[in-house]
Amino acid sequence: MAKFDLNDDSVVVIVGSGAGGGTLGTDLARAGIKTVILEAGARYETEDFVNDEWSSFMQLAWKDPRSTSGNWRVHKDFPGLPAWIVKAVGGSTIHWAGASLRFQEHEFRGRTTYGDVAGANLLDWPVTLAEMEPWYEKAEFRMGTTRTNGIPGLPGNNNYKVLEAGAKKLGYKEVHTGRMSINSQPRDGRGSCQQIGFCFQGCKSGAKWSTLVAEIPKGEATGNLEVRPESQAVKIEHDASGKATAVVYADKDGKLQRQKARVVAVACNSIESPRLLLNSASSMFPDGLANSSGQVGRNYMRHTTGSVYGIFEKPVHMFRGTTMAGIVQDEARHDTKRGFVAGYELETLSLGLPFMAAFLNPGAWGREFTSALDGYENMAGMWIVGEDMPQETNRITLDPALKDHLGMPVASVHFDDHPNDIAMRNHAYGQGRAIYEAVGAVRTFPTPPYPSTHNLGTNRMSEKARDGVVNKWGQTHDVKNLFISDGSQFTTGAAENPTLTIVALATRQAATIAGMMARNEI
Amino acid sequence: MRTTQDGRAQPNLGRRGFLKTGAAAAAIVVTGAAIIHSGEAWGLETKSLAPQTMRALVIIARDIFPHDRLEDKYYAIAMKSWDEKSASDAATKAMIEGGIATLDALAKSAHGVTYAEVAWEVDRVALLRQIDHGAFFGAVQGGMLAGLYNQQDVWPLFGYQGESASKGGYIHRGFNDIEWL
Ligand SMILES: Cc1cc2nc3c(=O)[nH]c(=O)nc-3n(C[C@H](O)[C@H](O)[C@H](O)COP(=O)(O)OP(=O)(O)OC[C@H]3O[C@@H](n4cnc5c(N)ncnc54)[C@H](O)[C@@H]3O)c2cc1C
Ligand code: SF4
Repeated sequence: MAKFDLNDDSVVVIVGSGAGGGTLGTDLARAGIKTVILEAGARYETEDFVNDEWSSFMQLAWKDPRSTSGNWRVHKDFPGLPAWIVKAVGGSTIHWAGASLRFQEHEFRGRTTYGDVAGANLLDWPVTLAEMEPWYEKAEFRMGTTRTNGIPGLPGNNNYKVLEAGAKKLGYKEVHTGRMSINSQPRDGRGSCQQIGFCFQGCKSGAKWSTLVAEIPKGEATGNLEVRPESQAVKIEHDASGKATAVVYADKDGKLQRQKARVVAVACNSIESPRLLLNSASSMFPDGLANSSGQVGRNYMRHTTGSVYGIFEKPVHMFRGTTMAGIVQDEARHDTKRGFVAGYELETLSLGLPFMAAFLNPGAWGREFTSALDGYENMAGMWIVGEDMPQETNRITLDPALKDHLGMPVASVHFDDHPNDIAMRNHAYGQGRAIYEAVGAVRTFPTPPYPSTHNLGTNRMSEKARDGVVNKWGQTHDVKNLFISDGSQFTTGAAENPTLTIVALATRQAATIAGMMARNEI
Repeated sequence: MRTTQDGRAQPNLGRRGFLKTGAAAAAIVVTGAAIIHSGEAWGLETKSLAPQTMRALVIIARDIFPHDRLEDKYYAIAMKSWDEKSASDAATKAMIEGGIATLDALAKSAHGVTYAEVAWEVDRVALLRQIDHGAFFGAVQGGMLAGLYNQQDVWPLFGYQGESASKGGYIHRGFNDIEWL
């Protein structure tokens, strides 16, 4: 395994080891480029994961303080926990469920397709589906996504069978066990899914793709990649010409270190990435690094989520097997006849009893609440993933008062639902209820959005420098050797779960960076 | 005895239906520094809180999250942590004792007895509703989400099977065994 000197200014420094950072680092290393990944969290391996929701949360989740505001219910119910994401090597790909969907063609052209939606800060991506297709292919291949590359779909579990039966009764056509980056058969040195059912807690069989098990080890094997866990970046430095030169980080003892860099790539997920840029303000960049547009931190998106659970007369045991076991895609289209722009996916979801109690209806009590939990064994569940509208005022800022253990201002997350988000969610709640009622649900209930698992858009891609933070390669408009490599690049959110697109963009960005370095452009 | 869907017999515990009178109050008695549950045959010695306070807490716990299938002991286990926290933290102790005192005062003015002696669940719940925006209620309710539902012993009573990796997952244990659809 490589070990690079702090003063080695020929390395690429990537901050964050999740979907974006872990993929980019591995590809750069394979291209022969010396790369250091700084990761704030510790390194756990497959055998360390625990099949227990709360213990796993304590082990893996980002629990450093954050603050919230806005009319979203998360602010009321979980004021210090706007997002449910990971702080560990592998990032949120340790938690993720594996759903891997390409965006639809029109979703890269949000402004053109949806028009001038009041209150929304819509913009077309500077990239098209046609341009992304080869990168999607590479991403699906490396992740071993089912229903691509000849890989069979996963078998449907009980939760899926209920969804499928109800959806088909309603006449839905695109209903299947998903495109999942979970091995349905042994592949890439990893075994196949054992239907353990704790996908969110870190897959204990290794069947599920993550940068921890499927990327980083390959990067490390080249001798060009060093992953430094428990190394939390606090500031990116630049020289008088405005080029990034180093990343200052706190090591595991809280001591500040400075890693010099030829190129810096930020991949801390959409809350921490803008926070790092804002905390890197200097006299040359008074509003934060790469923020001449004023868009750093803005347009925060989290998908229009929510869940529907149905209770049936007989057992379902939804917790058995893959958490996200199947999907209904018919509503993902853009069709304003439904009363909103853009679309949504419906995907099975299950929570264990402890998380169900915590997330069913936070703050609720009494028999209405407990009788729902009494039906746990007979419950089926689904999750709504819909495109939410980017809004300039939904944004990450630095909290004026609250600081973390390193003395750095923490991220404050403001989010208000857009009327389009609410209309879409209500439509999806209704369709979810209809699906379960079609197969005999005795009771259905909507549950509010959980703390955000999909965090997007806060350093968005734009054709013009004034509209966003990065260009079509993820290179910041203002600092040419500074890149953004995670979901914060998203110009709009699309209806699909984001990770396949994050990985496709990172794969593409690695090729771009390697080319730019070879040509001495950076 | 009643039976769960998969035929497992369950003892007839926690008989307190919605309109059942004063069962909790009758079942849990205070002796010395402990509370004793005659029906379930367990006792709990308190360290910091008065046993009367602990008895009230257990009843409140059930009134907040009533599951007829759960014995009182699970609620007692969930509430025990307040006694432990109160032993080391004066503010917690004051918060708990203050909360119970408020509830007792409300109960006395409405029914002439302390909260724990109010016979009907529906009446106790009405009292709780008067304080459910306060810090005491929030702490007890919030704490129970993990304190009650994260007890591994209650999981099977809800049909949740918990850890599965060491058993080889569900690939051969019923992940797709649904037959009624
Ligand atoms: C429960 C759950 C289920 C999900 N299911 C799906 C799914 O089925 N399909 C899908 O597409 N997506 C899913 N997601 C979302 C997916 O995990 C994320 O979209 C994806 O991992 C984001 O990638 P990222 O690179 O932006 O950030 P992450 O993967 O979160 O990685 C960011 C990393 O940066 C580190 N970091 C942050 N700040 C610093 C700093 N200052 N210094 C050093 N390191 C830092 C963090 O610790 C973290 O490890 C799910 C997420 C969750 C939580
Ligand atoms: S269900 Fe499959 S992917 Fe999920 S944890 Fe189990 S083995 Fe891993």
